Amino acid sequence: MSGKPKLHYFNGRGRMETIRWLLAAAGVEFEESYLEKKEDLTKLQKDGSLLFQQVPMVEMDGMKLVQTRAIANYIATKYNLCGKDLKERALIDMYVEGMFDLNELLMTYVIQPADKKEQHFANMMDKATNRYFPVFEKVLKDHGKDFLVGNQLSRADVQLLELILMAEEFKPDILAQFPLLQRFKARISNIPTIKKFLQPGSQRKPPVREEDVAKVIKIFY
Amino acid sequence: MSGKPRLTYLNGRGRMESIRWLLAAAGVEFEEVYLETKEQYDKLIKDGFLLFQQVPLVEIDGMKMVQTRAIMSYIAGKYNLHGKDLKERALIDMYVEGISDLMQMILMFPFSPPDAKEKNLESIKERATNRYFPVFEKVLKQHGQDFLVGNKFSWADVQLIEAILAVEEKVPAVLSGFPQLQVFKTKMSNMPTIKKFLQPGSPRKPPPDAHYVETVLKIFKK
Repeated sequence: MSGKPKLHYFNGRGRMETIRWLLAAAGVEFEESYLEKKEDLTKLQKDGSLLFQQVPMVEMDGMKLVQTRAIANYIATKYNLCGKDLKERALIDMYVEGMFDLNELLMTYVIQPADKKEQHFANMMDKATNRYFPVFEKVLKDHGKDFLVGNQLSRADVQLLELILMAEEFKPDILAQFPLLQRFKARISNIPTIKKFLQPGSQRKPPVREEDVAKVIKIFY
Repeated sequence: MSGKPRLTYLNGRGRMESIRWLLAAAGVEFEEVYLETKEQYDKLIKDGFLLFQQVPLVEIDGMKMVQTRAIMSYIAGKYNLHGKDLKERALIDMYVEGISDLMQMILMFPFSPPDAKEKNLESIKERATNRYFPVFEKVLKQHGQDFLVGNKFSWADVQLIEAILAVEEKVPAVLSGFPQLQVFKTKMSNMPTIKKFLQPGSPRKPPPDAHYVETVLKIFKK
C-alpha cells in the first residue's frame, strides 16, 4: 500500500479528469487503475467497492470515495483549495457548479448522435462565450486580482483553467473576447504543480477520440 | 428587509424543493418570490441577479446565491448539517450526490414524452429499489443509529426523507423491502421541523402537474 490515492476509471478524461487536475494542482501524487473491459467494472461492483455501482471511485485515506463532486469536495477541502470561510466557499461553489455545467456540455459532445452533433456544438460554444466565460472575465475585472476568489489559489481557478483548455480544443480562439481570461490562463498554467501537469508524460489525459467512444460505451452499458 | 432568506423560483418543486426542505429542516423561515411569466424571468436576468442566468436563486446573508448544490452546501454548512469533520462531510456528500441522481430522474419525469413515461417510471422504480435504497438500508442496519452519518441529523437525512416521499408518490410500495428505511421515514417525519414542513399550509410544494410543466416550458423557452 503506497498511501497514495488510487483512482479507478477508464483510461480517459470523462468524469475523473477534474479530480486528476485537483490532485495534481495540490501536488499530490496518485496511482490509477484503468477499467478496460466490462468485467473490470463488474468485478469492482461485486467486490462492493462502488457505493452506487459507478465510477469514478477514488481510494484515499481509508475510504472508497465515489460521486465526482463528493470526491472533488474532499480533495479541495483537504488541500485548502476551498476558500478561507463559508462565504468564500459559497462563491467558489457557485463558480465551480457553473463550470461543471459547461464541462458536462463539452464532455458529452463526443457521444451525441451524428444528427445532433452540430446543434450540440453550437449550443456549447454559445454557452461558453455568452453564459460562462463572461462571468469569470467580469469577476477578474471587478477585483483585479490574480485568482478568482479571496486572492489565493482555489479549486475555482484550477477548474476554470481545465475548462478553458478543453473549450480551446474545440475552438482555439474561444478566448478572443476575454483578455483577462487569456492572462489568467497564462498565469495559472505557470503555477509549478499545474505546469508540471501540463507537460507531456503527466497523468493528464488526452481528449477522447471518436474511435474510443464505442469501447467506453461497451464497458459501461 | 426581513433578514429571512428569499427564494426565487417557480411555484412548484423543481430544483428549489430540496432547498426548501433543507431550510425547513434547519428551522429557518424563508420568503418566496414566484416566477410566473417569461417577462419576470427576463427582467431578473437583465438586472444581473442571476450569475448564470438561471434559477434557483436564494438571497441569503447578503449574497445572491445560484446553483442548487452551492446553495445547499452553504445552508448545510451554516446550520451544522454537514458533519463534524472532513470525513463525515465526505460521507454526507456521497450520500447526497447519490440521492440527487435519483431525484434528477424524478425531476425530469414530468417532461418525458408520453411514449417514454412508462419506461421512465420503471427506471425510477428500478434505480430506487436496486441501486439507492439498498445502500441506505445497509448503512442504517450496520450502525443501528437513527441518522445516516455520525449519529447526528445531517443534510443526508433530509435529502433521503425527501427522496423517499417523492418516490413513494410514484411507487407507493417502494419501501416494502426496506424495514430500516420505513423506521427512518417515520422517525424523520416526526422530527419537529420536518413534521411542521409536512403539514398543509407549509412552503412544501405539491407534485408537478400539467400546469407546472406548462409554466416551465413557457418561462424557460428560448
